[in-house]
Amino acid sequence: MIVMALSACVTLVACKEPVETRREPTNDMKARGLAAIERAGCGSCHKIPGLDWPAGRLGPSLEGFDDVGLIAGALPNRPDVLAAFIRNAPGVKPGSTMPPMPVSASEAEDIAAYLYGIDHD
Amino acid sequence: MIDALWGWPPPVLDPAGPYSAKVTTLSWSLFALGLVVTAIVVAALYVAIKGPDRWKAKLGGERAIWLGGVAFPGVVLTGLLIWGLTLTASLTESIRGDEMRIRVTGEMWWFRVQYLDADGSVAMEDANEIHIPVGVPVVLELESADVIHSFWVPHLSGKKDMIPGRRTLLRIEADRAGEFGGVCAEYCGGQHALMGFVTVAHDRQEWNVWLAGRRAGAAQAAASPASASEGASPYPGDADAYPTEAELLEQYDPRAGYRLFMDSGCAACHRIAGSDANGLAGPDLTYVGSRRTLGAGILANNRGTMVGWIGDSQSLKPGNRMPSYDVLTAKELGHIAAFLELQR
Repeated sequence: MIVMALSACVTLVACKEPVETRREPTNDMKARGLAAIERAGCGSCHKIPGLDWPAGRLGPSLEGFDDVGLIAGALPNRPDVLAAFIRNAPGVKPGSTMPPMPVSASEAEDIAAYLYGIDHD
Repeated sequence: MIDALWGWPPPVLDPAGPYSAKVTTLSWSLFALGLVVTAIVVAALYVAIKGPDRWKAKLGGERAIWLGGVAFPGVVLTGLLIWGLTLTASLTESIRGDEMRIRVTGEMWWFRVQYLDADGSVAMEDANEIHIPVGVPVVLELESADVIHSFWVPHLSGKKDMIPGRRTLLRIEADRAGEFGGVCAEYCGGQHALMGFVTVAHDRQEWNVWLAGRRAGAAQAAASPASASEGASPYPGDADAYPTEAELLEQYDPRAGYRLFMDSGCAACHRIAGSDANGLAGPDLTYVGSRRTLGAGILANNRGTMVGWIGDSQSLKPGNRMPSYDVLTAKELGHIAAFLELQR
């Protein structure tokens, strides 16, 4: 019985969720993500949906982030990679224009969740 | 970014000092009086429509107009004017001589801040940030370099216009430590809405530390312009996840930043005490690394926003006097930002 239950669990875990829902963050995460974006001032360089101002153009627009290919044209497009990139871009992608940003690990996860969760076209 | 106007209770009804407390008293009195007058008007309207004929005749008579339309507002408004001016007279009291004095000059679209000696000469210059000790009245000498601005920290005092060619006085005082946002409260051109500042009230001990830090910073800057004192890392949380100061210095070199600052024309508008940068047109950057905000109270101050502001300030605050330095490379922007972070 236990073995069966365990194997069922393993099977469930092994299943990948459908693409549309894989990166659907909770509303809490999204709200925290946007708050962290505003506090850290990401808009100084990026146009970010949901943020009227600032909408800097030094860096790329972050609209439709769920559809982009590689992060910064170089890194696998996964939330954990994005979170790491947000905190220490030059560490993850040497030579990156984007400097390390003063956000905590959980804030970076929230920001990543926000960026993936804002546009489903 | 410290918000001056939002929050609950609204800052103007949440005084943090004796001068703003008077403004709050005045505000509540006006609300209450407005409520009374509205009630009287509504009652009169009700009588005029539904009241008995005898009352209607009285209300429409000459006597009612003289009493309710002339005498009542005349007496109430005159009384209110005298009381209001008396109540807030201390906000604009002239200088006695023993107060702390700060000259604040409105510029399109930022605030020049000069701490004055007892004899009125400039002891220290800063921008968009005013530091005061708790419990001490501070006299602000308000001036303008171009158009009419208005100085307003709702938590600490009333509004006062900054008028070209004139010097106006305004007193502020905080009775609790904290950071209080301020804004320009008089339309002054395209970026009026992005013209803000922060007032930081320190308790006594913290104030002494701040003052000592400023003096030490100035001395150190004078000794070596390219690297003033290094403060605490702005990066929160588990420090391991971030590059160390040394690693950051490897990527971005403050000395290279200093040379770029001097060679790219930054020094033509910006002054850094103790260095060859002596421009006076823009904000003094001697302490820019310690400021809470960039761009006049509008952006957080970190490496990212600094790079964004230097590289592309025209996208963030269109029409401001600083050109976007998009002729520099990302690396060069990073060098300059690293250099400026050390100016504290």
